[in-house]
Amino acid sequence: MHPLYNFAFLDEGSKREIRRAILKGIAIPGYQVPFASRELPIGRGWGTGGLQITLALIGSDDVLKVIDQGHDGSVNAISIKKLIHATTGVAVTSDTSEATLIQSRHRIPEVQLAEEQLLVLQVPTPEPLRSIEPREQATRRLHAEADYTGAWLQLFEQIVRYGSAITGADHPVLVNGRYVMAPSPIPRFDNHKLHQAAQLTLLGAGREKKIYAVPPYTDVVSLDFEDYPFAAEDFEGIHCELCGASGVFFDELLDEDTGETVYRCNDTSFCAGRRGKRIGQESCQGRSHA
Amino acid sequence: MREAACFLDEAPFLTVEGISCSFGPGCAYCADDEADLERNRCPRCGTIHALRRVSLDVYPGEIVGIVGESGSGKSTLMRCICFDQQPSAGSVATPLVDGGTRNLLSCSPEQKRAIRNTVFGMVYQNPWLGLRMDFSALSNIAEQMIAAGNRNVEGMLARGRSLLEQVNIPLSRAADTPREFSGGMQQRVQIAKALSNNPPILLLDEVTTGLDLSVQATVLDLISTLRRELDVSMVVVSHDLAVIRMLAQRSSVMLDGRVIEHGLTDQILEDPQHRYTQQLVHSLL
Repeated sequence: MHPLYNFAFLDEGSKREIRRAILKGIAIPGYQVPFASRELPIGRGWGTGGLQITLALIGSDDVLKVIDQGHDGSVNAISIKKLIHATTGVAVTSDTSEATLIQSRHRIPEVQLAEEQLLVLQVPTPEPLRSIEPREQATRRLHAEADYTGAWLQLFEQIVRYGSAITGADHPVLVNGRYVMAPSPIPRFDNHKLHQAAQLTLLGAGREKKIYAVPPYTDVVSLDFEDYPFAAEDFEGIHCELCGASGVFFDELLDEDTGETVYRCNDTSFCAGRRGKRIGQESCQGRSHA
Repeated sequence: MREAACFLDEAPFLTVEGISCSFGPGCAYCADDEADLERNRCPRCGTIHALRRVSLDVYPGEIVGIVGESGSGKSTLMRCICFDQQPSAGSVATPLVDGGTRNLLSCSPEQKRAIRNTVFGMVYQNPWLGLRMDFSALSNIAEQMIAAGNRNVEGMLARGRSLLEQVNIPLSRAADTPREFSGGMQQRVQIAKALSNNPPILLLDEVTTGLDLSVQATVLDLISTLRRELDVSMVVVSHDLAVIRMLAQRSSVMLDGRVIEHGLTDQILEDPQHRYTQQLVHSLL
């Protein structure tokens, strides 16, 4: 652990303020709680919202996992993991079931999470109505009055233009029958993993200065129309070329030698686990400051 | 007028009573409704009194016209009726909500939204206020239906197409955005949008202003047809006396935030009583 910094980098006053925002978010599922986003040694827009939630909540006995688009070993995930490890000394892992705190960018792990686990999602655009209403004052009023016409209108417009809803990610959801929420840009495939989930999910947007939450066992319903029901990405008949898994979220890759399209599990630790391997350990522990 | 006579034993469909709307701090002097103002501006505190105790009745199937020069408060009155602007005093009621006993202006924001989406259809002078310019014409029409709780895409598309046909917009343009439309087409999309939930009351604010004569004629024709076939009650605001003469059975003349004369349109145009109305009628080119 780095001796020059407070435990988990942030000062205790900042952590308390962030925890208060988190508690309010949990009390009002899906409601965006404003908070004073702190300066961090990484740029805003690079996961500072999720990172502040993690730093405010992490304890010395936590086991941390950080993923970026499903990968434990991508640059952003490694940097965040290093920063947290350097200022707390907590154990890090890539094994989803071993982790107590998982910070993620844009994926919910394939392995089902448990009640004791905490999922922190990094959010770029927390406001689901922003693209139809640019004024914050106006969107807050729309939320207060539960006027979500705009969210449905966006889906309707996609159907008019393209024949179906084309939200690649961040498909809006109705939380606990009250607030419409941007689920961070997780693929539609992951939306159902928020519904009645065992884990607590916290979402943080550092640049936009908002924190919101989905408590355990809360209804999370993707918005759709009667005759155009919500549909997740379809990976029918596709298998992972490495581990043979099916029914998970896949990355599509081009094999440059053969020119063929191949698929691999997007969740790298899930894939490695199926093949009896572990990944991403050495990168952090090798450079520990402890 | 036979029509006017039969209104006598009917109840008004829309009752607007004593609407006042001012912008500014107000003072003891201009708090008095009868105080002398410089046009609509208080000489002591500079408060603008856009509307001063304006009242209006609209009977079922009737078109009421409002004329007046620019700045006389016509648009502010429309904005007050459809909740875009909160007036300082007054009431709006319709038998469709609580049998007419409820002042709509005191409803909660949710109730106002529901009333706006089902009872009123509003067409703005400026189509940029009434339409989402980057959403297709069909989505614009559907917005009102989605707001009223409709969640059936095919149903809303079918309704949107039939409304576009009704306002003479080719279906090949249905998925285009109003941004790409001419001014007249934008105005007609606005009318289609306002009609989507079959509102019993239509508020039209200078719908033909700025349109060329042939398009004006098409839009006016459309409005008369709507009234005849759908029996919609309307309030039509215009500074163009010819439009009012053609559409409205009864009219009010506004000046500096007040109604200075009201009655049968023919009577007002043929035998104006107030000095300003006389000037207005005789300044017709």
